[in-house]
Amino acid sequence: MLTFTLAIAIMAILAILLGAVLGWAAIKYKVDEDPLVDKIDAILPQTQCGQCGFPGCKPYATAIANEEADINRCPPGGEDGIRKLADLLGKEFKALNAENGEEKAKAVAVIDEDTCIGCTLCIQACPVDAIVGAAKHLHTIVSSECTGCELCIAPCPVDCISMQTVGETVSTWKWRYPVIPLTVKAAA
Amino acid sequence: MNARAALAVTFFPFHGGVHPPEHKDESSGSPIVAGPIPATLVVPLHQSIGNMAKALVNVGDHVLKGQMIAAADGTVSAAVHAPTSGRVVSISPQRVPHPSGLLEYCITIESDGEDRWIDRNRFDWRNADGRAIRDYLRDMGVVGLGGAVFPSHLKIGGAKDGLDTLVINAAECEPFITCDDRLMRERASQVVEGIKILQALLQAREVLIGVEDNKPEAIDAMRAAIAGCDFKIEVVVVPTLYPSGGAKQLIKLLTNKEVPSGVRSTDLGVQCFNVATVYTIYRAIEHGEPVISRVVTLTGNVDRPGNVDALIGTPIADLLAFAGNKADSDSYIYGGPMMGFEIPGTDVGLSKAGNCIIAKSSGLFPAKPAEMPCIRCGKCADACPAELQPMDLYWFGKSKNFGKAQERNLFDCIECGACAYVCPSNIQLVDYFRFSKSEIWAAEKSKKAADQARERHEFRQFREEREKRERAERLAAKAAQKHDAAAASSDPADAERAAKIKAAMERAAAKKAEAAAAQVAADPITPLDPDATAVPVAEAVSAPAPEPAPVSQLDPEKAERIRAAMEKRAAEKAELEAMSPEEKAAREAEKKAKIEAAMAAAAAKKAAKAAEAAKAQGDQADGPGA
Repeated sequence: MLTFTLAIAIMAILAILLGAVLGWAAIKYKVDEDPLVDKIDAILPQTQCGQCGFPGCKPYATAIANEEADINRCPPGGEDGIRKLADLLGKEFKALNAENGEEKAKAVAVIDEDTCIGCTLCIQACPVDAIVGAAKHLHTIVSSECTGCELCIAPCPVDCISMQTVGETVSTWKWRYPVIPLTVKAAA
Repeated sequence: MNARAALAVTFFPFHGGVHPPEHKDESSGSPIVAGPIPATLVVPLHQSIGNMAKALVNVGDHVLKGQMIAAADGTVSAAVHAPTSGRVVSISPQRVPHPSGLLEYCITIESDGEDRWIDRNRFDWRNADGRAIRDYLRDMGVVGLGGAVFPSHLKIGGAKDGLDTLVINAAECEPFITCDDRLMRERASQVVEGIKILQALLQAREVLIGVEDNKPEAIDAMRAAIAGCDFKIEVVVVPTLYPSGGAKQLIKLLTNKEVPSGVRSTDLGVQCFNVATVYTIYRAIEHGEPVISRVVTLTGNVDRPGNVDALIGTPIADLLAFAGNKADSDSYIYGGPMMGFEIPGTDVGLSKAGNCIIAKSSGLFPAKPAEMPCIRCGKCADACPAELQPMDLYWFGKSKNFGKAQERNLFDCIECGACAYVCPSNIQLVDYFRFSKSEIWAAEKSKKAADQARERHEFRQFREEREKRERAERLAAKAAQKHDAAAASSDPADAERAAKIKAAMERAAAKKAEAAAAQVAADPITPLDPDATAVPVAEAVSAPAPEPAPVSQLDPEKAERIRAAMEKRAAEKAELEAMSPEEKAAREAEKKAKIEAAMAAAAAKKAAKAAEAAKAQGDQADGPGA
């Protein structure tokens, strides 16, 4: 009988001890934010363009993590981005949803300085503060910060903003995938 | 083949390596000759690792030989100088010696044939501090002439307690190239003067000059020249085995120190300089001559192969004509046959990286046989001097599995081409490695850009929140002030009036809420209303209840005041809403008229400017520095 009680007591003490350790660990190593949202957000291109139907990349990442949105709604991320999301979430690859737009070459917005009237509407629309200017003063776009989201184009009352594709330069040039030329041998 | 120099046993072999046909005898026999002064020189502005130099001259300026025409931009950059005297005819994007064939800014100089030098002064380096010496070398445009064009000033003055070993790279391991060989044979004493300067600057305890055993004359000349040195210096003869001239490979050969992945040789107390770079350091410091020329080997399918002391910017066509280019040359290699690349055209100007130009013909360089599947024989791994597994890297590169390639230390690959040389399946392995590397770099760059955009977006959201809070607080403070003033001068009539106003306000607020609801349904966007304009989508969602947040943090009295202020504002708005439709229309019309006037003014301005621009286009200058 004594052995039996002892065994029960030991088991109870062990349970309390281990429970305490687990409880302490839960508090000590608490993760505030959903790490999956951050992982998804890291894959998204951060153009903040809203083409996915969400107001920015983070809200879209949150929606994906909560399974409220599909992974094929981000045109700037393109096919490559969808593949990475599919890999991360263990889902099937899907072609880009045409409703959200199509994949385009990277472009930056350029203000036609002769037409700009200095209304500040584009400054308010820019999600990454890449436009400098003040009321009734010429605005200009800091091209190194421009994500190419096109959000500044619609508000412009004089249509002076256009998108310019970023060309390849010597410093951004990439070695191409080696292509082996096929040669046709004449039959003997 | 030539007589081999006696091998000392003071070297430590590196892993792998190959021994392709040397082809050095064609060009090594004749002395260095001064190159032609071409009619026009195309001087690239980007002639070093890092930032492109900034042009200092304008189109039409007259420049003297050795005059700085572009200044270093930032730390990792080097200046560019006029190779001869003449007139700047354009500063514009032109083709440069780069495998892409893309355009980059170049300064084109029309030489006046006088070749007149700018005033040159000796630099008193013994009495200058480290910073002054580094700035001087940067402004003299001294970069690594072995091919990597790394700015030399960045390699000086790093170690405080001196350097264990200064390695002078004179191996010149690539086939065809003999420019360093000839330089050592003819200008050994000046090279050694340069070594003395470097030894003093770097406080090197030992200097080792590594030369391959296929250059016996150069070895003898260097051994004779170092006789008078008062520090430990030795010419170490290493066996001819490609790529012994790779920095890591030569350091292993001479010091038996293996530079681990991701570590710089400086951290191991070793610094490596190319022999031609040492020569230009001497010329820059003791003669005040910037780097405006270099010895370049012209060889391959030409009548008079040899070495030419050519001006930087000399069009390759002029150099080829000087060496007697044969009619059946079909393309030209810039650099050696193992690591060089084909230039996009012979109009490009010689850069500081150009140690060799090889004219190719089908006889000299037969077409490569077709690529066959990899049979995983492992010959490439045996040949790899970086001790990598090229067959795996090839596999990962081909399947675009870049992460795996990076895990297998792809970035330790020096692209020497030894693996492709031994491959029995004729696979151009290096092409796959270069492809993988540039894809990884591009991905890293876009990742960086995305991180930056995220940071800026988050800061914008934070700023918008803060502005909203501050506005609310300001309003609350104002309301409180008014309230106090009203309380101080309270008389019954005022109180009555205040009560009436309050009642009216409440009525108006209710009306406004109704009207707002109606308007949202009817017309969601009123672009020029300053309160309603372009509320960013992000704000709308991420901050669904913006007002109550700041209020809740304040004490009840303040909260009351804020509420009063808000009600007042609501009343103001309601007044606007309550206006008769005619009044409203009038206001709208006024606004529209203003916008139209602004647009018309802008259009007129634009038209005027366009006309002016069209007129001015003809004589417009065409460069960033113009």
